[in-house]
Amino acid sequence: MKTWTRKDLIGLDELSAEEIQFLLDTATAFKGVGERSLKKVPALRGKTLVNFFVEPSTRTRTSFEIAAMRLSADVVNITATASSLQKGETLKDTAMNLQALHADIIVLRHSSAGSPKFLADRLDSCIINAGDGSHEHPTQGLLDIFTMRQKHGRIAGLHVVIVGDILFSRVARSNIHGLVKLGARVTLVGPTTLVPKGFEKLGVRVVHRLDDVLGDADVINLLRIQHERQRKEYFPGLGEYVSLFGLTKARAERLKPDCLIMHPGPINRGVEIDSDVADGARSVILEQVSNGIAVRMAVLYLCAGGAGLPT
Amino acid sequence: MNNLLIKNGRIIDPANGRDEKGDVFISKGKITPRPDGGAFETIDASGLIVAPGLIDIHVHLREPGQSHKETIATGTRAAAAGGFTSIVAMPNTSPAADSAATITWIRERAKQQACINVFCTGAITKGLQGEELAPFGSLAAAGVVALTDDGRCIQNHEVMRRAVEYARMFGLPVMDHCQDYSLVGGGVMHEGEWSLRLGLPGWPRMGEEMIVARNIMLAELCQSPIHCQHISSGGSVRLLREARSRGVPVSGEVCPHHIALTDASLKTFDTNFKMNPPLRAEEDVEAILEGIADGTLSILCSDHAPHASYEKEVEFDQAPFGITGLETEFAVFCDILVHKRKVISLGRLIELFTAEPAKLLHLDRGTLSEGAPGDVTLIDPELAWTFDKERSVSLSHNTPFDNHTWKGRAVATIVSGKIVWQAAK
Repeated sequence: MKTWTRKDLIGLDELSAEEIQFLLDTATAFKGVGERSLKKVPALRGKTLVNFFVEPSTRTRTSFEIAAMRLSADVVNITATASSLQKGETLKDTAMNLQALHADIIVLRHSSAGSPKFLADRLDSCIINAGDGSHEHPTQGLLDIFTMRQKHGRIAGLHVVIVGDILFSRVARSNIHGLVKLGARVTLVGPTTLVPKGFEKLGVRVVHRLDDVLGDADVINLLRIQHERQRKEYFPGLGEYVSLFGLTKARAERLKPDCLIMHPGPINRGVEIDSDVADGARSVILEQVSNGIAVRMAVLYLCAGGAGLPT
Repeated sequence: MNNLLIKNGRIIDPANGRDEKGDVFISKGKITPRPDGGAFETIDASGLIVAPGLIDIHVHLREPGQSHKETIATGTRAAAAGGFTSIVAMPNTSPAADSAATITWIRERAKQQACINVFCTGAITKGLQGEELAPFGSLAAAGVVALTDDGRCIQNHEVMRRAVEYARMFGLPVMDHCQDYSLVGGGVMHEGEWSLRLGLPGWPRMGEEMIVARNIMLAELCQSPIHCQHISSGGSVRLLREARSRGVPVSGEVCPHHIALTDASLKTFDTNFKMNPPLRAEEDVEAILEGIADGTLSILCSDHAPHASYEKEVEFDQAPFGITGLETEFAVFCDILVHKRKVISLGRLIELFTAEPAKLLHLDRGTLSEGAPGDVTLIDPELAWTFDKERSVSLSHNTPFDNHTWKGRAVATIVSGKIVWQAAK
């Protein structure tokens, strides 16, 4: 694949394996930029990026902001409370106004699945999905896969275990689509209520006993679990969740020595992951965060029409 | 009242078991035998089917209160353009049609502005709240033909039981939008592979089937008819088939989208594919087709649910449910049921749009019997036709069928002997 033709990044479900590889390769080139003392290239100079976050986020928004700055784009941040959505303006009208303000790129985080697609169909601006409801979070999926490829040297043939609230997880969906396309073996683990059998139609295996798959995992990706505010009818409580699905020290000891421990953050120490395990040698949680910048630089650069790879 | 001669058509009148070439005369607005003389306007129906005027028993006209979506004037024009001479308006207006005053207002408005016959339903409960019964006696006196809380579903079984029992006193059928709220929750599409893929909250089949089963039990207990609206699930078809085989007075209806489309259509997040109940899987489509073939499902309707574009053009989970359908439904059903899938004959298709709904709601329509109202629809069952939503006469254009082509279309609509619509040649 020689060229990138998309103006938007909505999800990994719609990308081909070649497109995903091309994104990862481009991210590899950008990773070098972050390691220089002068961490800036002029690729998007003169372009305006709007971080439009209708749902709260710190990590993803900051990561996009840094990525855009390193590409020399101008960045504006808008949050839901500060936008006219609060005054009853529709998403479409707000976005049309951003376009009228010459936003070249709109990075959208929204609680409704399909919102980035909705804008992409109506606007000329590049639309980058920074997480839409339970649908997709493609840059998180890409940075997870990028980190796996960096550490293991390949994706094809890897056994990736994703644990937790899969039903409501956009991170899980983007990981599943990307990993399956690139030839990884994916196993989903979690309570039957949060990991319904129907997921097998996406090309993955579904199991409900974490202990059965620990010894065979090359990567274990733990998703944030929520209980206090929601999901009360899905499982009885965090204590039972930890005993069945938490990556405790005892469970971590049964992982292969080179098994990567990943988490998209923010982590609940002592819930989905033991505190010491999160800080342990096999944990790449903070490297994921660093890699997020390179991946988002690649996404912005390709979608916003940058020419030529950085040298 | 008009005198009209419809010449040389193929008359299909299922209520009278007729399928023959001939002429139909309408005198002073009524079907009449061949007259001795007098002046008749003539319409040539050579090559066309002459059918009793089509009836749609599930339409949202949106007046009073939501005239930015549709009005009685525009909604009935859309109905006429779909071949319909009679429609039944749902009560989820603003205010809800739960009083004689509102029913009277709608009927008066229809007299002034409707180009076809408008029949009214009354709400089962006050304000469609599912709690207190609306005054069925005064609703009946005001002329409603059925009771329904459509758009909402009474969750309290005791309230529904007393409603069905009390309605029997007035001979009013009860129609129900079957949806168990505790199971459906915030579901916006069929719960299945596509809802998992798209990350949208699922609306499981069981949410419909629970209430269909409840209604079967209530119809049996009260020995009074319950009509289950817009059936979407194969399981509901099986429940209705079993109940009807035992003589339980229950019935079910089908909308065109539930046999023309599946949940896979939602992959673009287009809200014109969002309706309630939702588009389901291939196996549901097949079960519904079987139900139409064996008579389990005896009513075809549109659930015409217009919404303004600014209301539909929002985030998927926030968009209102519903699509328009009056102008396209006959074509969709004819194309799929008669031509593509050969599920039923053309005669049965016409029966499902005429004699069956007339029987269900005790309407003096749906027949070409002598003395019946001169309502006639002319149909070209072989005509290939492409729908262009920009040319729709409905006030709203929220359709999933823009630019679709079907075989079979109504080409003229005649109400009481007056031609109210004709397809452009």
